[in-house]
Amino acid sequence: MTLDFSRWQFGITTVFHFMFVPLTIGLALLLAIMQTAAYRTRGDGERHEKWDLMTRFWRRLFLINFAIGVVTGIVQEFQFGMNWSVYSRYVGSVFGAPLAVEALLAFFLESTFLGIWIFGKGRVSARVHLASIWIVSVGTMLSALFILAANAWMQHPVGYKVVGNRAVMTNFWAVMTNSTLIGSFLHVLFSALVTSTMLILGVSAWHLLKDRRAGHAPQQVFATSAKVALVVGTVAIVATMFFGDNQARTMERQQPMKMAAAEAIYNTQNGASFSLLTIGDLSGNPIFQIRLPHMLSVLADNNWDGSVQGINQIQAQEVAKYGPGNYKPILWVTYWTFRIMVGCGILMLLLLAAGLWLMRRRRMEQSAWFLRVCPFAIALPFIANTTGWIFTEMGRQPWVVYGLLKTSQAVSHIGTGYVVTTLVGFTAIYSVLAAIDFGLMARFARGEGETDEHDDQPESGSGDDRVPALVY
Amino acid sequence: MALILASVNSAHTGFEVFWFVIIAILWSGYFVLEGFDFGVGIMLGVVARDDLDRRVLINTIGPVWDGNEVWLLVAGGATFAAFPNWYATLFSGFYLPLFLILAALIFRGVAFEFRSKRALGAWRVAWDHAIFWGSLIPALLWGVAFANILRGVPIGANFAYLGSFFNLLNPYSLLGGVTTLLLFSLHGAVFASLKTTDDLQARAARAAKFLAPAATLAIVAFLAWTYVNAHHTHNTGLVPPLVPILTIASIAVVGWLLRERLNGWAFVATAVGLICLVATIFLNLYPRVMVSSISPAYDLTIGNAASAPYTLKVMTIVALIFTPLVLLYQGWSYWVFRGRLSRPAQRGTEPGAPGPVEPVPTAASDNSPLTESGAS
Repeated sequence: MTLDFSRWQFGITTVFHFMFVPLTIGLALLLAIMQTAAYRTRGDGERHEKWDLMTRFWRRLFLINFAIGVVTGIVQEFQFGMNWSVYSRYVGSVFGAPLAVEALLAFFLESTFLGIWIFGKGRVSARVHLASIWIVSVGTMLSALFILAANAWMQHPVGYKVVGNRAVMTNFWAVMTNSTLIGSFLHVLFSALVTSTMLILGVSAWHLLKDRRAGHAPQQVFATSAKVALVVGTVAIVATMFFGDNQARTMERQQPMKMAAAEAIYNTQNGASFSLLTIGDLSGNPIFQIRLPHMLSVLADNNWDGSVQGINQIQAQEVAKYGPGNYKPILWVTYWTFRIMVGCGILMLLLLAAGLWLMRRRRMEQSAWFLRVCPFAIALPFIANTTGWIFTEMGRQPWVVYGLLKTSQAVSHIGTGYVVTTLVGFTAIYSVLAAIDFGLMARFARGEGETDEHDDQPESGSGDDRVPALVY
Repeated sequence: MALILASVNSAHTGFEVFWFVIIAILWSGYFVLEGFDFGVGIMLGVVARDDLDRRVLINTIGPVWDGNEVWLLVAGGATFAAFPNWYATLFSGFYLPLFLILAALIFRGVAFEFRSKRALGAWRVAWDHAIFWGSLIPALLWGVAFANILRGVPIGANFAYLGSFFNLLNPYSLLGGVTTLLLFSLHGAVFASLKTTDDLQARAARAAKFLAPAATLAIVAFLAWTYVNAHHTHNTGLVPPLVPILTIASIAVVGWLLRERLNGWAFVATAVGLICLVATIFLNLYPRVMVSSISPAYDLTIGNAASAPYTLKVMTIVALIFTPLVLLYQGWSYWVFRGRLSRPAQRGTEPGAPGPVEPVPTAASDNSPLTESGAS
């Protein structure tokens, strides 16, 4: 029971953390771009004001979101030791290193320069203020790189040897250049950009629709925001798909069971088709299916008639290699999370492409259907991020470190009562935070938030230039 | 540090000792830096009279608290990488206290960002409570945790923690908790007196003067008890007792410095006191990292808890390159925010420079239990 509850707790806290992180990564970069535009147009009153307003509007959403990303990240740093102490002892030498480096290199950068960015206006020059948001953006990406390096090692261990009862690092460079890492880092990075552009697009569309209904001219801040989002978003979704596809090929080589489980393909096939929808029992007897011929072979092997291994064959291979046991993940979870992720991606691609087409024809701000759909589409990247992570982590089961350590062996020997306490505690805390965050985000997205935040005023002007305005 | 390096014995590699020292430094940094922002959080419930006071206090730590907290994350990550067995036993053993600390840090962290987002009285009072308790609980529990690490907890073979939550609640560790709580409160009150003006400054200084003797009493009692324990277990880490005496002296002198209005030096003294406290704890531990109350054979040491030599080497290189850089820019950010903060002029009183404050309905803030419980 300790195992099950610990897994639920890890899943809940990690998925929750990852609701906020991609938005932080994506928005930081977009804000850096917007503020750069504001800085470069500073001699040009009207254009400067537009970019400056944009920066200040999206900044509020960014900061609300950032706060939750930070505090839920603290839990991640300690949770391995709390609930997965056997795992921690086993992998500490390899897995701990990128985690420590992440904190030293990325967290200090992010937190210090975010402080400068929020509170430093008027105390540092405009150039330094601009540089600080760029540094925050670099910090968020570095953070993603190191934590994904740690995760990539769990998916595909490299640069180590097993000594006694633990894995010992032999090559840090190999850990940081893991083939699994390159695909997953770029996939996550671009999906983070997609996440932030979908939010910007959805919120801007809501405002543009309101203007349209009221018969006003579209607000330039939101029209421009939507256009930036459409351009960046389209590039990012294509890149996300490209690197996702790249990951699928890596996965077929490194974790064939995960690929087979994504597809619920039971027996090795040449020229395997990709199933869009399967209704059936999970002992391998489909009742109803829609399939794209040869697509899976193309996805996994880049070859029309490429061979895709089946679950039964891989199960037999892994038994031969690792001893008796069940090496299959929960198939309905992998099958559906994979499909939902890909499906959301395709919907976003279609929507962004349609928006781009409308934008080129200068009809985007007036297109009622498009503006009406976009706010709902904000949910898509979050669903895709969540299902993507659930797929990649649950698809690795029963392993916690593929081929080395099983999840069932990794858990701490602590009382079930303790784990239930923290499972309930974290879930309750996170639910409260989610409700508050959603409420605040919605308020500020609608432009209704009242705030003391004082980012756009000069110093308090009391004559003493050492007395700055209060920000919080 | 010199003492530790001097006593390196051949059983431990230089890297193991180096990382033990690094982790001690990280905790010292954490205690000194987050120590004062915990203290300011606690002062929210002690010296603030209204919403504006609380805002001024929050803004004194606003730009830096998150960077201060990263010292904890780096300490956690460094322990994981350098001493996996220490990381695993400590955090799975101290499971529930750590959960409480994490919960407190979660609410406290979002509170700083969220409280200003609505002008509603009840909203702010709720987040003020989150900051107050979110500062007080970790300030207490870190002391409890370190006292337990030093006192010894039931650790059996294979580094397994065999105790329960209640093993962690004992008079010695509770005294340790009260000690850190008082030290951080004092440290924060002195900080607040340095970063504010007028009435708020006066109240912060008064709170610090009130806290100084209490903190001195606590640190004397805690270190005396620690010394007795150490003597009992024939640990030589406290001999010569230079560092613990320096700890006590630094804290004892704070009251006098405050009376002489040398608040800047008082802050230096509380900071030195906290560094010496962490040094005392780590000197007393060395070469152990966790003490087993069952048998010395089960102690976790820098040898049996350590990571692979290669990992320690890589980490050492990374740390030597990047730590100076981090210290440089974090120091610079403190320089940027070095000024004092005052209550801003009310809206409209300064033509051309509208006050930044949207006053909160006073009725709501006057009802704040935090204000009523003020000890000043």
